[in-house]
Amino acid sequence: MREEQLARSAVEQTALESRGRLLAFLACRTRDLAEAEDALADAFHAALRTWPESGVPAKPEAWLLTAARRRLLDQIRHDRVEDAARPALASIAQEAQSMMTGHADFPDDRLKLLFVCAHPAIDAAARTALMLQTVLGMDAARIASAFLVSPAAMSQRLTRAKTKIREAGIAFEIPEAAQLTARLTFVLEAVYAAYGSGWEDVNGTDQQHGGLTSEAIYLGRLIVRLLPAEPEAKGLLALMLHCEARRAARRSGDGAFVPLSDQDVSLWSVELIAEAEMHLAVAAAVKRPGPFQLEAAIQSVHAQRADTGTTDWEALALLYEGLVRMAPTAGALVGRAAAVARARGTADGWAMLGSIPASTVAAYQSYWALRAHLLQQLERTAEAVDAWDRAIGLCADPAVSRFLQDRRDECCRDECQ
Amino acid sequence: MNYAILIYDNEAHFATRSEPDPKKRQAYMATWATYTNALKDAGVFVGGAGLQAPPTATTLRFPDSQRQVQDGPFADTKEQLAGFYLIEAAHLDEALEWAARLPRADGRVLEVRPCLAPQPA
Repeated sequence: MREEQLARSAVEQTALESRGRLLAFLACRTRDLAEAEDALADAFHAALRTWPESGVPAKPEAWLLTAARRRLLDQIRHDRVEDAARPALASIAQEAQSMMTGHADFPDDRLKLLFVCAHPAIDAAARTALMLQTVLGMDAARIASAFLVSPAAMSQRLTRAKTKIREAGIAFEIPEAAQLTARLTFVLEAVYAAYGSGWEDVNGTDQQHGGLTSEAIYLGRLIVRLLPAEPEAKGLLALMLHCEARRAARRSGDGAFVPLSDQDVSLWSVELIAEAEMHLAVAAAVKRPGPFQLEAAIQSVHAQRADTGTTDWEALALLYEGLVRMAPTAGALVGRAAAVARARGTADGWAMLGSIPASTVAAYQSYWALRAHLLQQLERTAEAVDAWDRAIGLCADPAVSRFLQDRRDECCRDECQ
Repeated sequence: MNYAILIYDNEAHFATRSEPDPKKRQAYMATWATYTNALKDAGVFVGGAGLQAPPTATTLRFPDSQRQVQDGPFADTKEQLAGFYLIEAAHLDEALEWAARLPRADGRVLEVRPCLAPQPA
């Protein structure tokens, strides 16, 4: 009984530490993600059956690779497609053998797997999910709940993506230097999507995909380690760490939403801010700015309030200006208008807000909240109330919704007096 | 693996082929020859053809097993299939690289699709 428990915990430990690496290793050689997943799952089952009797092998990963290869061989015999797959299996056998007997390093192919998962030829809605499932081993049901779709729909999306990888022959390779930066953007965007989309908002409203933030930061750290020369990877990690540092300050004791400018800085995590600043400084030294570095720099300016007690709105306005030039997203455009309003006055901010194309922000809650706020300052109260209503209607987070409702009521009271 | 690069052109592109100025016409055709030669030099060319304009197409359907012949192309879209290349590439990215080298034209759309592996006889 005790033997069995030991073996079981050894299997679980290996799964936790090496599952992503083992899958990446197998998939890079078979170029078939679904088949590699099945083979690895079988190998783990075999380990649960065998290890309690035979004992935990000295090199669990090599043992699992050999077991997975056996399963792949069976599959190939069954499908009678031997010739094409033979070199891949030979290479798995050889590498597992040299790991078993010698000190050969277990290669880390997770970066290749990340580039496959976030390939532009794959449905954008599947990229983040595919990463979470393959690299982190998260199950489809949990991913589905994080992305607010049914488990069946998520499974189908993932299956379709894996079929596309196999049938279209997407390469399990790190892109060539000329393509690397462009392709990395897709990887970083998929990781950021896991972190949550809400953080680009000026007010730092709550993220929608709760629960995936630590997974996203894990992936962010992994990419920084695997691609140390890429400043945008560090930019993304710094951005996520800055936002994570404020987790405890985003809600008051009774669960009410606290906007960034009202947050108690003593609740911010000094360690996470320091780690973010370190990555951002190293990235900046490369002198290859990008949207993630700029977004991280914006958060860095906000973070300085912990030391100085004030916020440098002019610096924020300039950073947002740079961000808008690189990536004119709704978040960047609204952020710039908000910073300009604080730095140079409501009239300037209002003019900036007016220059945003209506179609970009029709359903963007932060735009309507900022619009309401500026209208209120311009004493155009009736219009402000309408804009608050629009923002409330677009809000998906109950705590933020209550906050907006309070602001609206305040605005109404002013009008009545 | 073999990939098909399908080239979709609009009316303006098709019109260029019958450009009245022979110099312009030849210059247009020469760009395709250059590209085809590049594929052949790299050893990736498997096949390909340019297609005549959509009005020359004839569509066949078989409602109730009866042969129905109709004038015109199958799909009524702004961009129409104008030609295709068959190339051999190691993976999708290599095929996309070759597709990106095709003569460019505003509004031209390319579709890259893997071919089925040849079935044993």
